[in-house]
Amino acid sequence: MSEFLQHLVNMLVLGGTYALLGIGLTLIFGIMNVVNFTHGVLYTFGAYIMFIVVQQLGLNFFIALPVAVLAGWLLGAAIELTLLRPLRGSDIDTTMLVMIGAWIAMQSGTLWIWGGVAKSVTTPFPEAPLVLGPVSVSWLRLFVLAAAAMLILVTYLLINNTSLGRAMRATFQDHDTASLMGVNVDMIYTSTFAIGSSLAAAAGALLGPVYVIFPQMGDLAAVKAFAIVILGGLGNITGAVAGGFILALAEELGAGYVSSGYRDAMGFLIIIAVLIFRPTGLFARAERVG
Amino acid sequence: MRAIITILAVAALASVPLWLRDPYLLNALITTGIFVIGAMSLNLLLGFTGQLSLGHIAFFGIGAYVSALTSLGFDIGLPGGLRLVHTPWPPMIGFVLAILVAGLCGYFVGLLSFRVRGAYFVIVTISFAEVVRLVALNWVELTQGPLALTNIPSIALPLPGFGELTLRTKMQNYYLVLVVALVAYLLIARLVRSHFGRAMRGLMENETLAVSVGIDVTRTLTIAAVISAAIAGAAGSLYAHYIRIIDPEVFAFINTVTMVIMVISGGKGSLAGPVVGGLIFGLLPVALRPVMAPEAQWIAYGGVLIAILFVLPRGIVPSLAQRIIRRRSGAPALAPVALTETGAKEPA
Repeated sequence: MSEFLQHLVNMLVLGGTYALLGIGLTLIFGIMNVVNFTHGVLYTFGAYIMFIVVQQLGLNFFIALPVAVLAGWLLGAAIELTLLRPLRGSDIDTTMLVMIGAWIAMQSGTLWIWGGVAKSVTTPFPEAPLVLGPVSVSWLRLFVLAAAAMLILVTYLLINNTSLGRAMRATFQDHDTASLMGVNVDMIYTSTFAIGSSLAAAAGALLGPVYVIFPQMGDLAAVKAFAIVILGGLGNITGAVAGGFILALAEELGAGYVSSGYRDAMGFLIIIAVLIFRPTGLFARAERVG
Repeated sequence: MRAIITILAVAALASVPLWLRDPYLLNALITTGIFVIGAMSLNLLLGFTGQLSLGHIAFFGIGAYVSALTSLGFDIGLPGGLRLVHTPWPPMIGFVLAILVAGLCGYFVGLLSFRVRGAYFVIVTISFAEVVRLVALNWVELTQGPLALTNIPSIALPLPGFGELTLRTKMQNYYLVLVVALVAYLLIARLVRSHFGRAMRGLMENETLAVSVGIDVTRTLTIAAVISAAIAGAAGSLYAHYIRIIDPEVFAFINTVTMVIMVISGGKGSLAGPVVGGLIFGLLPVALRPVMAPEAQWIAYGGVLIAILFVLPRGIVPSLAQRIIRRRSGAPALAPVALTETGAKEPA
């Protein structure tokens, strides 16, 4: 029983960052209809920003997180302006392949600049974990969960309570009509991609110090983000949050009770199962998959 | 005209080992040839049915593992205390089994994944390949996991009356790959020009219309997937018996991307496209090796993929063909097949 409780606690911590990753991707996928293969690179990028700010510049751990979010926002905006804006109107396969090209180039760039040796980040949190009865959790992971929850809340408010968010939702529903109503759709696309990218960078900056930082760390993160988006339904933020926690639970239980080698298979199995049995996601009312 | 070009190209390729003595270059040509076969099989799906499968390496890898395990033998435990013991069979049987098993996998994957289209189809195929990779990595008893299957025997051709010929040299393997590639090319060419090929194209251009004229979408797509997977399995078997060592990294996503780049750059929906694109991208690392660090090579690789999609979205072969037609007729020619302008597919 205590083992199960421990898995639940781990699920909460992991699920928070998964939700961040998923929200970023579901916004981009849902609003822009772009299968964003650079999402994992942005995750890696955020982690390396953390490494640069904390280890190389010697600055405060808590300053590094906003820096990573900002850097992710800028890189995302740059990708959208240079690669996606000229391809507006192309079919989804073309933009997907361009994103794959960008992913390969940027990941190799990371490898070139920082090398393949895994890096770690020293954190200001005590080594000893917080012990609550039968379960224990490290202070760093608690901070990660709190920061992720805060970012999710900020994004939720941004989408639901601001005029930018309203324009984004309008563009998601029908970009032609939104454009007729005076929404600058090009600007919405750039903002969406930048916001999604900054969330991926934030997830990387948060999970980087928990594990280690290396150039390929984003590959699995990207696949997990796709699994979360598919679970939650396209463009559904609440669904992405739920999907993040469901994936985390499946991974924890899979690793704990089946085999730790298959932990990372859970995301793929969920994708296959959901798309076969309920292709609109777990929380969709009625929407066809195209 | 087209037949003459094909015969000249085959003659040129067949003459290569006669004047090229450098083993490194010959090796690069053999592995490129194997990947070109994979790219041709991918083109059957991507170029002629419009379905972008990013899990294609799964069939290649399954072919490689089936062929390697058939010729190496295995001894695994099954649930209930049973054991499955297989004694080694000749690699030729492995080659045939690789084609059959990969085709069978193509059937089941097609059956399941053709229920969705577009981005969802892409993601399902990626997931399938990753699950297969994780199984290859974790089922150590069968696959040796990361330790790899080693000492895979070379293919031996049975010669009636003379025993058999084991293909050990690079030159022999080069000709083996060339022959298999030629057979695959002719098979695909025959297929896409048949009634079935027209059904595939019709489906790609407009699925709703294809359904309305009586084309059975799922059946057409599944048959295409089976043939495509079987050819990829054959390529994987050639790879296993040539390289003679297989580990789960064969399933790496980057290998699928390599095939996709070969098809897209050469021209999807063009028979010669994957061959031209494959030769360029297969030999590009060889050309870049003296002047660039490996990481920089990959940056260039990604950059070239982006550049091709921006500059030559229809690929090299269709763009060239269009230019030749235009010059000969003196008038602007219509696009031979509108492939990239079709836009995102409507819901199924």
